Amino acid sequence: MKVLYEDLDEPGLNTRAVYERRGGYEMLRKALELEPQEVLDELLASGVRGRGGAGFAMGKKMSFIPKGQMDKYLVCNADESEPGTFKDRELMQKNPHQLIEGIIIGAHAIGANKAFIYVRGEYAHQADVLDAALAEARDAGYVGERILGSDHSLDLVVHRGAGAYICGEETALLDSLEGKRGNPRLKPPFPAIQGLYRGPTLINNVETLMNVPYVLRIGGEEFAKVGTETSTGTKVVSVSGCVTRPGNYEIVLGTPSREIIFDLAGGPPEGRSVKAWFPGGSSAPVLTGSDEHLDLAYDFDTLAKAGSMLGSGAIIVIDDSIPMIDVALKTAKFYRHESCGKCTPCREGTNWTVNMLERVQSGEATPMDLDIMASVQEQIIGNCLCVLGDAMAMPIGSMIVHFRQEFETHIEAMRERAGLGLAIPQVNRGRNAGLGPMREPTGSDPTAAVA
Amino acid sequence: MSIDPSAIPRFAHGSRVPGWDEAADLTKDPAIVPDPASTPVPDVMRREIEAEMAKYPDTRSAAIPALKVVQREHGWCSPTAIEQAACVMRLTPGYLAAVATFYDMFDTVPVGEHQVYVCTNISCSLLGADALYDEMLSAAGDDPRFNVRAFECLGACDIAPMASVNGEYVGPLTAEDCATIVDDVLAGRPPLEAKQLRYRKVAGS
Repeated sequence: MKVLYEDLDEPGLNTRAVYERRGGYEMLRKALELEPQEVLDELLASGVRGRGGAGFAMGKKMSFIPKGQMDKYLVCNADESEPGTFKDRELMQKNPHQLIEGIIIGAHAIGANKAFIYVRGEYAHQADVLDAALAEARDAGYVGERILGSDHSLDLVVHRGAGAYICGEETALLDSLEGKRGNPRLKPPFPAIQGLYRGPTLINNVETLMNVPYVLRIGGEEFAKVGTETSTGTKVVSVSGCVTRPGNYEIVLGTPSREIIFDLAGGPPEGRSVKAWFPGGSSAPVLTGSDEHLDLAYDFDTLAKAGSMLGSGAIIVIDDSIPMIDVALKTAKFYRHESCGKCTPCREGTNWTVNMLERVQSGEATPMDLDIMASVQEQIIGNCLCVLGDAMAMPIGSMIVHFRQEFETHIEAMRERAGLGLAIPQVNRGRNAGLGPMREPTGSDPTAAVA
Repeated sequence: MSIDPSAIPRFAHGSRVPGWDEAADLTKDPAIVPDPASTPVPDVMRREIEAEMAKYPDTRSAAIPALKVVQREHGWCSPTAIEQAACVMRLTPGYLAAVATFYDMFDTVPVGEHQVYVCTNISCSLLGADALYDEMLSAAGDDPRFNVRAFECLGACDIAPMASVNGEYVGPLTAEDCATIVDDVLAGRPPLEAKQLRYRKVAGS
């Protein structure tokens, strides 16, 4: 079943003429005839959850926006920077009008008169497509003063970012949109109460907003019948990494993960097997290639129960030819680079995790460093303003849990290659750490005391 | 303008040698909002920045678009460029410099005119992006007209390993494509048109 990907490749779908021929902007007319509360009720009934990463119910988020006359804003988060995610890029490029229609309906439901699409700066072509579509929509009277003769007015602006992963975090995005450095804000107050320019702000992902016209078309109740009880509707999954057919695939939530990785994306290349996979972008804890994990249903709650998360719906497959340490180091380096530096646990934690992983890679580390690393991850989680630090801590922590044996084997192999002999955990640390001859344990053996 | 961290003298234990920041004259007063009378701004740039400012309820929101305008005209966010943007936006150059240094796409040192961003994040590196980046460096790294950078995830993992050449996404790339990209860019052609993302169909169709 396809909703957003139905005939997405139709030539000219990015123009208003073709989009309208396929029933586009009909739902906007319908929504403008309804009371905002009625639109909101449909979205609440649909149970559609945010497709950007957190998976928060969209209708609920909308109902937090205060009622009444005031400056309210709607921001579409198109700063898609999560490694492995590329669904919004394809959707915006090929069907920009559906996004614009979703934004207008959403703005009508919460009573916002100003809306922004924050596109990441690297998506130059996609931003141009959006600008062209917006000009067409404006000419047709869908955007501007008194839309189609109703009381509702909306001004929509496409804002281009300039390359910062952190700006995908909602409050950092707001700061960036206000022309500042993209630092996250303290929550609460949540953006629904005090967001952009201190007004109530609704922030939603591209894919979530593109579902809005469809929800209105078939009705919220009907929408909720697809998928599982708590994860309704379809989801676009970006599959990449070691698979033969990488790309975006639209699935019904609750589809077995094995089906997505093997049947749709073609699985790993001939002769290789799945060693690990990120189920929801590089911020999600990794799962292994075991049957237990591959048979998990791909929906929000099942993955959360398995200790991971659906996140942005980006599956990155790692096959058995890739050393796990390389993946861990790549992940950690990314978050070190993108950490904004505002909160200490994240700024320092990401940096030291990279340093420790480099020691593991070069063989300077001992198995005890893995424990220190794991404890650093624990100290990052939940101690920062935003979840960027957690986004590194969770996958690195899960890699240490699932692949500890591999890390330890790697350390021993590297030590042996450097002629350093076996690592002795309890002495090869502190000032004795590093490349050099192993010291004999002195004094009492701490492990003996524990036993 | 910005300080190259590798150029800062350090002791063996890692601390910076005192006086490392002497190039920044801390005795001077901080720069104020530039005076329009003494800061010439070309009309084209002024009009473009003012048009951006008009789009937002708060003109400060146009900081990123304004910096993009001056970077395009000057080639990089030079002190002069930032001063011109600050003059039009009525902000201090320091404020805009703080914004410019935060974002990856603003260059605070002079760079080549053609940007080649090679994605070296997880999905691309699983498919050999690091070797591709080295290849790209040897093909164009010494050419002052090119700005070859290893970039974080560019959001096109379906065409991994990929690169963004002057904003145009191309992939999946092989080692031989690097030379073609350089030739195409120098000849003024669209880079590697056969592998451009914009023509790619939906997967599985």
